[in-house]
Amino acid sequence: MSADAQRSGAGPSGTATGLDAPDRPANGPTFQALSTGRKIKNHAATVLVTLAFLIALVPLVWVLVTVVGRGVGAILSADWWGRSLNGVLPESYAGGVYHAIYGTLIQALLAAVIAVPIGIAAAVYLVEYGRGRLARTTSFMVDILAGVPSIVAALFVFAAFISIMGGVQSAFMVSLALVLLMLPVVIRNTEEMLRLVPDELREASYALGIPKWKTIIRIVLPTALSGTVTGVMLALARVMGETAPVLVLVGYSQSINFDPFSGNMASLPLLMFSELSNPEPAGQYRIWGAALTLILIIMILQLGASVVSRFSAISK
Amino acid sequence: MAKRLDLKDVDIYYGDFHAVAGVNLSVAPRSVTSFIGPSGCGKSTVLRTLNRMHEEIPGARVDGEVLLDGEDIYDRGADAVAVRRTIGMVFQRPNPFPTMSIRDNVVAGLKLAGVRDKKKLDEVCEASLRGANLWKEVSGRLDKPGGGLSGGQQQRLCIARAIAVAPDVLLMDEPCSALDPISTLAIEDLIADLKKDYTIVIVTHNMQQAARVSDQTAFFNLEATGKPGKLVEIDDTEKIFSNPKEQATEDYISGRFG
Repeated sequence: MSADAQRSGAGPSGTATGLDAPDRPANGPTFQALSTGRKIKNHAATVLVTLAFLIALVPLVWVLVTVVGRGVGAILSADWWGRSLNGVLPESYAGGVYHAIYGTLIQALLAAVIAVPIGIAAAVYLVEYGRGRLARTTSFMVDILAGVPSIVAALFVFAAFISIMGGVQSAFMVSLALVLLMLPVVIRNTEEMLRLVPDELREASYALGIPKWKTIIRIVLPTALSGTVTGVMLALARVMGETAPVLVLVGYSQSINFDPFSGNMASLPLLMFSELSNPEPAGQYRIWGAALTLILIIMILQLGASVVSRFSAISK
Repeated sequence: MAKRLDLKDVDIYYGDFHAVAGVNLSVAPRSVTSFIGPSGCGKSTVLRTLNRMHEEIPGARVDGEVLLDGEDIYDRGADAVAVRRTIGMVFQRPNPFPTMSIRDNVVAGLKLAGVRDKKKLDEVCEASLRGANLWKEVSGRLDKPGGGLSGGQQQRLCIARAIAVAPDVLLMDEPCSALDPISTLAIEDLIADLKKDYTIVIVTHNMQQAARVSDQTAFFNLEATGKPGKLVEIDDTEKIFSNPKEQATEDYISGRFG
């Protein structure tokens, strides 16, 4: 008995496997029009996912329209970007928020100066050196840190650095709290970027007689640079809007304070919070303006991140 | 300066797994030795022990002696980094550094070892690219990224990069398996040229290639999965392909198994 004969005898429908192909009639044309049932399911699913997308879009657009609509007047005023609120009366539509913009930027910058080197070094440890218990513990701690709410980070900094070590409330204390919030984001992101660097590159470098530490600094990190920078900028954008640390760790000031290590300093979230207790309409005017300013700054950072990742992406 | 390689009773392990057992072989200076054998028989593993790349895998270790002109590269006093400067390697898939230009790729080994002299770097760059038969194709675009070259060009770039640090021995791990026949031919011609200055060991799955490029061929095999791979036979390439001593070698090269 030939193999062909065996096969054709194997199944009732005569297919080679002996199984009936689903959705395919035993006789008649092979290709048929889409069945009504599938058409209905297809349309229903399309409608559902489109609807879900639109629903998700509603709050986004709503927030954006409200903030832009109410805040655009404030940020277009001549003094907004160049003046502080020094000496401005609560009911007056004057002054600007450059003191708060400075505060937001300097606090985030200081946090980045501390968090980025530590975060990148920790990620290098986890990816390139970490084996065994210490690495697992570190990794676990990073996960825990990622789940710490900002108010807890702020209270921790208050307890550790102000109550116990006798520090004073200042913008730098805010930065320390922001470090705690930035660190896990920077570590996790850098870690992922480093893992994306193919081992072949490390091997190529070792095979040239280049030591491991130099391979990491000159080959691995540059290859992962664009992703790392993007991650840092996104982390920065995230911590800029944090409100709990500025409420707990620094006092509000109407005027500019360039010194992050002493004295009160405004920041955009703090300015918004303190203007909430201003019963005059001018307070609301400033809140919406500050909100729009914050969104703009964060948007610029995110755009910057995507530009960086596009331009420094590994050239093919 | 080409040097000779001698392996004495080399056993290779991945953790508890005994990957290759009892390898004894010698490689003469200025010659090409090819390692052939079925997948998983340990020929790449042996190659990677020759410049201490094997130990980069956690848990991996090597017993026995690997002598480079009589000096054990696994001696306690031998630094793996120094060994790798002396014994270069070219990998299966071309792996130029993606962030570097063609020039920087070629001189990466020197630059990262601290050579700053630009004139010297340029000289080495040109000499290495000429040595790798790539100079004519890329001399006009040395500042372009290495990743923009074709696969075959990239592999020759990697060879240029490997010879730029002036090693004594050049190891090649299936250097042509990702390349088309024309690029393969270019690399094979290059190997014949490089033989004048270097001791070359090449792993290949392509038996015609082993027959074309090598003076000496080593056949590795393993009896069964889970058992360590073994060096079955090493001899002049001509003998291996015409009149091998072992039946297993004959079966393999004539395609009767594996």
